[in-house]
Amino acid sequence: MPNQKSYQQLFQRERRRGDLVFAVIFMAFSIFLLSQIGTETAWGRKTKLVAQPYFWPIVSLSGMTFFAVLHFLGSILSPRIPGRLQELGFWLRALEYVAWFLVYVWLVPVMGYLPATLIFMPLLAFRMGYRDKKMLLTAAGIGFAIVLLFKSFLAVKIPAGEWYEYLPDFMRSFMMINF
Amino acid sequence: MEILLGAIDTLWRWDVLVALLIGSVGGVIIGAIPGVGAAVAIAILLPATFALEPIVGLTLLLGIYGSSMYGGSIPAVLINTPGTAVNALTTYDGYPMTQRGEGRRALSLAYSASFFGGIFSVVCLILLAPVLAMIAPHFGSREIFLAALLGIVLVVLAHRGQVFAAGMLVCLGIFLNTVGLDPTTYTKRYTFEQTWLASGFDLIVVVLGLFALSQAFLLLLSPDESPKTKPLSGGLFQGLKELWLYKRVASAAASFGVLMGMIPGVGEFTAQFMSYTYAQKSSKTPEQFGKGAPEGLVASEAANNAVPGAAMIPLLALGIPGEALTAMMLSVFYVHNVVPGPQLFQGQMDFIVALYIALLLLNIMVMIFLLFSTNLILKVIQIPTRFLGVVILTLSFVGVYSLRNSMTDCAIAAGFGVFGLILKRLNLPVVPIILGMVLGGIMEVKLRSSMARVKEPLDFIDRPIAAIIFGLIVLVIALHVRSVIKEYRAAKTAHTDNGDKA
Repeated sequence: MPNQKSYQQLFQRERRRGDLVFAVIFMAFSIFLLSQIGTETAWGRKTKLVAQPYFWPIVSLSGMTFFAVLHFLGSILSPRIPGRLQELGFWLRALEYVAWFLVYVWLVPVMGYLPATLIFMPLLAFRMGYRDKKMLLTAAGIGFAIVLLFKSFLAVKIPAGEWYEYLPDFMRSFMMINF
Repeated sequence: MEILLGAIDTLWRWDVLVALLIGSVGGVIIGAIPGVGAAVAIAILLPATFALEPIVGLTLLLGIYGSSMYGGSIPAVLINTPGTAVNALTTYDGYPMTQRGEGRRALSLAYSASFFGGIFSVVCLILLAPVLAMIAPHFGSREIFLAALLGIVLVVLAHRGQVFAAGMLVCLGIFLNTVGLDPTTYTKRYTFEQTWLASGFDLIVVVLGLFALSQAFLLLLSPDESPKTKPLSGGLFQGLKELWLYKRVASAAASFGVLMGMIPGVGEFTAQFMSYTYAQKSSKTPEQFGKGAPEGLVASEAANNAVPGAAMIPLLALGIPGEALTAMMLSVFYVHNVVPGPQLFQGQMDFIVALYIALLLLNIMVMIFLLFSTNLILKVIQIPTRFLGVVILTLSFVGVYSLRNSMTDCAIAAGFGVFGLILKRLNLPVVPIILGMVLGGIMEVKLRSSMARVKEPLDFIDRPIAAIIFGLIVLVIALHVRSVIKEYRAAKTAHTDNGDKA
C-alpha cells in the first residue's frame, strides 16, 4: 500500500474547481482527433516518413493524448475542491461577452466603425454596472479616441460602414476614409 | 564602424524615434495596469503596424516589449498587485517596504534595478554579437530543428508541478499549426471539409484570443476593483545611489536573467527564482526576505528586466523564440519582412546593431519618464477593472478584424478567448500553446529539409553543434527524471515512516 500511495503522490498537484471537467473534455477531444488521423490526413506514396502529411499531426496528437491521460490521472488523484458547477457556470457566462463582441464585429461594416464603437462602449459599460454620466461619457470618449487612433491616424484596414452611403455628399468620403 | 553608422542612420529618423518614445512610454503605462500586460498590447497593436514602415512598426512594438516590466513594478510595490505576471516576486519585498512607509525608496530601487538589468543585458547582447555572427552560420536545418526541440522540452519541464498540462498544451499548439494545407504536398489536414479551416489557424488570431480576449472576458466576469494609491512625494533618484550597495546582488541577478533569457523556453520566472534564492542565501539577513528586504527587490527586478534583451539572442540568431512575447516578436519580424536567423547576422548586421541601440535608448527613455511621471501613472492604475475589460474587448476588435476583415477570424479568436479564460481560471499555462505553434512550424520545415542529407539516424547528430544540442536535450530530460525518482523515493520513505508510527 505505501507503494501505491507514493505513486499516487507523484501525480498529485494543485487542483482548482472544474479541473476534472476540463481534463475529461480535453482527453476525449484528443482521443477523438487521434481517431480521425486516417480520414483527416493523406498518406503519400514514395514519401519519407517525416515528410508524410500525417507525420506531425500524429506526433502532436499522440503527445497530446499521452499528456492528457496523465493530466486526467493527476486530476482524479488530487484533492477535490467543491464548486464544479459554479465554475462551469462562470465559464458559460463568458458566452454573453462573446455574443457582445460578435454583434459589435457584425455591426461595424454595417453602421461604420465610429457609430458602432460609440454605441458599443457606453452600452457595455452600462451593462457592467456603470450608471453615472461621467463613466458613460468616458466610455464614449475612449471609443472615439480608439477610432481616431486606429482608423484616422494609423489607417488600419477596417471597411467603411454601409450606412455611410446615405450621408450627404460633402460628408460621405470624409467619413469613409477617416471613421 | 561602417555597421555602427549604418545602424545610426537607420534609427536617426523622426518617425522611428517617435515610435520608440510612444512604445516605451506606452509600454510602461500598459505594464503598470494590472490585467493588461505587454502580450495583450503587442497582440492588439501588431496588425495596426502593418501599415507602418518595418523599422517604425518594429521599434514601436520593441518599445512596448522592453518597457512593460518597468511599469509592472509600480502596482507590485504600491498595492501588492503585480502589473505583469513577471513582477509577482517584486510584491514579496516591495509591498512590505511600502507598508512600513518606504514606498518611494522601494519604487526608486525597483526602477534602478530594472534599469541596471536592462542595460546589462543589452551590453551582453552587444558583446556577444561577434561570437553569434561567427557561430550562427554553423546552424543548419538539423541544428535549428534540435534547438527548437530543446525549446519545446524546456518549456514543458520549466512548468514544475504542471508538466502534464504544459505537455498537452504544447502538443495542442503543434497540432494547431498543422491544421490546414500541408506545406509541401498541399493536401488537407484536419479541415473536416470546412472551408474556414483550410487556411489553418493564424498565430495572431490565436494570440489575440488567448491573451487579449481571454483577459477581457476575465475582467468583465470578475468583481469590479479600483485600486487606491496615494501620490508619492519627493524624488526617485536615491535608488540609483542605493543600488551601488547591492551591486553584487544586482550583477548576479542580471547575469541569471541574461543566461536564462538566452535559453529558449525558460524565461523570467526561472531567472527570478534563481537570483532571489541566490540573494537570500548570500544575504547577512536572510530572515528579512519576504518582509521587505531591498536585496530581494533588487534581485527580482534586475533579473526580470535582463531577460528581454537576452531573449533576443536566440530569436535573432536562430529565429527561435524563448517565450510568448518573443514568439509574438517573431511574427512582428516576419510581418515586417525581416527573417531572423543565421542569414540576418551575415547580411544585415547594421539592422541588428540598430535594434541594440534602440533597446539601449528605450531603457534610458523609460528611466527618465519614470523618474518624473510616476504620480501620473498612479492615476492610470486606478481604472476600474471591469471598465478596463470593456476597453480591451473594444481594442481586441481592431487587432483581429483588421487582419483580413474576417468575421470568422473574430469568431475563432473569441473561441480561443473562452479557452484562454478557462486555462487562466484553472491556473494552467497559456504560453506553451503559442510556443508549440511557433516552434512546431519551425520543426516541421527544418526536419523535412534536414532529412535530405541524413541516411542513417546517427547522421543527424554527426556535426558538433547538433551533437551538443542533442546531448543537452538528453541531459535535461535525464535530470528531470532523476528529480521525479527522488520525489518518489521521498514520498515512499514518508509513507513508510508514517506507517511505522501508526
